[in-house]
Amino acid sequence: MDDRILDVSNIEVVYNHSVQVLRGLSLNVPRGEIVALLGSNGAGKSTTLKAIANVLFLEDGERSSGQIRFDGDAVDHRPPHRLVRDGLCHVMEGRRVFEDLTVEENLIAAGYARSGRGTSVTRDLVYEYFPQLYSRRRSLAGYLSGGEQQMLAIGRGLLGQPSMMLLDEPSLGLSPMLVEEIFTIIARINREQEVAMLLVEQNANVALALASYGYIMESGRVVIDGTPEKLMADDDVREFYLGSGGSEGEGKSYRDVKHYKRRKRWLS
Amino acid sequence: MEWLFFFEVSLAGLGFGALYALTAVAFVVIYKATRVINLAMGEMLMFGAYLFFGFAAGMALPVWLALVLALLGGALLGLGLERIVIRPLLGENPISVFMVTIGLSSVLVGLVEIIWTATPRSLPDFLPSDPIFIGDAFVAPKTFWSFVIAAVVIGVFLVLFRFWRGGVALRATASDQGAAYAMGINVPAVYSLSWGLAGMLAAGAGILLGSVAGISSEMGVFGLTVLVVVIVGGLDSVLGALVAGLFIGWVESLAGVYLGGEYEHLMTFIILMVVLLLRPWGLFGTREIERL
Repeated sequence: MDDRILDVSNIEVVYNHSVQVLRGLSLNVPRGEIVALLGSNGAGKSTTLKAIANVLFLEDGERSSGQIRFDGDAVDHRPPHRLVRDGLCHVMEGRRVFEDLTVEENLIAAGYARSGRGTSVTRDLVYEYFPQLYSRRRSLAGYLSGGEQQMLAIGRGLLGQPSMMLLDEPSLGLSPMLVEEIFTIIARINREQEVAMLLVEQNANVALALASYGYIMESGRVVIDGTPEKLMADDDVREFYLGSGGSEGEGKSYRDVKHYKRRKRWLS
Repeated sequence: MEWLFFFEVSLAGLGFGALYALTAVAFVVIYKATRVINLAMGEMLMFGAYLFFGFAAGMALPVWLALVLALLGGALLGLGLERIVIRPLLGENPISVFMVTIGLSSVLVGLVEIIWTATPRSLPDFLPSDPIFIGDAFVAPKTFWSFVIAAVVIGVFLVLFRFWRGGVALRATASDQGAAYAMGINVPAVYSLSWGLAGMLAAGAGILLGSVAGISSEMGVFGLTVLVVVIVGGLDSVLGALVAGLFIGWVESLAGVYLGGEYEHLMTFIILMVVLLLRPWGLFGTREIERL
């Protein structure tokens, strides 16, 4: 059996028949492993995930060429809900919880991912990974904090017992402490549930700490890829994505990353 | 004596209001799931009433069978309209979809006039006709029973919406379509479900309305007041539909008796204007909802 659960080869994506976002992107994810997909804003990371999950049509996008195979089969003729039921879970950017449903109802809705196959995963398992959600299970998801919403978003995905999760910036808008908490749980889920993950991140440090392989994108294509060790050692990567110049070694912290980002924003 | 009369008029108004509420719920279900403002609601209601007439009077089937068939027919009409007319238009400019539903209403009127002619008819009686008294107040039995049926149906609906898995899927889709897909929810099936349910509700409301007031190819005008009801209640709120339906039925009935029949709709639209000025998203609607 193929040891790659996801195989993306040479895809191009066009929005609105006019804006080309992906230009011949290829990547693959081995079964049960975490692969990081890094890159700056607008590089096309989220678009890659949307192409894989087959939801480009919601935003007037279209894959004009290339092949995406999930679990051995092409995704082309599988509508998004079918892919989800086949075990491909997409945790979208910005959490996208159903704000006017309660936490419990969010999980009930997520139960549709299991239609047509028996799975052993129950809401209890989600609450086991995210005990905070249990104490808030009757409140509306819209009233949860950002961290709790992210937990709910991941928990919803987990409920479908996916064989692969696409995680779109789980660290978005969270405090460094929460980022660490969430990523610890992500690593646990990967290990204990044997879920392969394609992790899109701006926060390259945390992402590379978990991943066994990484791709770095720029304007719609992969520019560098390799093991985290190789990427961390690359001078360009260190300067542009990890926020430390070539010289001062391993003393990186989230604070440095922040400074770098702030500076860049002011300059641009 | 004066108070008793007021009470009786109020009861009659609430009875009629329950029909507004029932149709408004159908409207809200469609709006919530597909964001379509369905101006053909009144005509779907009329079509359902005529189906019942056709089965019960035309084909002389037993009333219960005619009822079931008419409700199923209403559901099929909703499903068909969604699949054939609305779905290809989803994602287009809301105004286009809105206009298409206006066209649809004319088509339905035409269809009914071709099949059953434009002559007003009355539906066979199927509601109990013993006079009803609440305290000392008299309520017309048809009004009373249609109120009871509408109330039960809306109640069942609220419970389904809240606790049934499909109800959760419907609310999830209403809240975020993209995320609903990501949960493995078959979003197009939810569209069909909502239109089918709405078609069935509308047919039921049409049959009740027809048994109270008779049927004609113009009874779709009822939909206009229902539009007011949903705007007042909030386009996406089932509770709003319920409250605003009863309220507007009540006010219309009072206005009709104390001010004269020509004031009924005047009052309705005054309420609409006041609500639009003060709370453009309706009494119970979501704030960021698009405004009509």
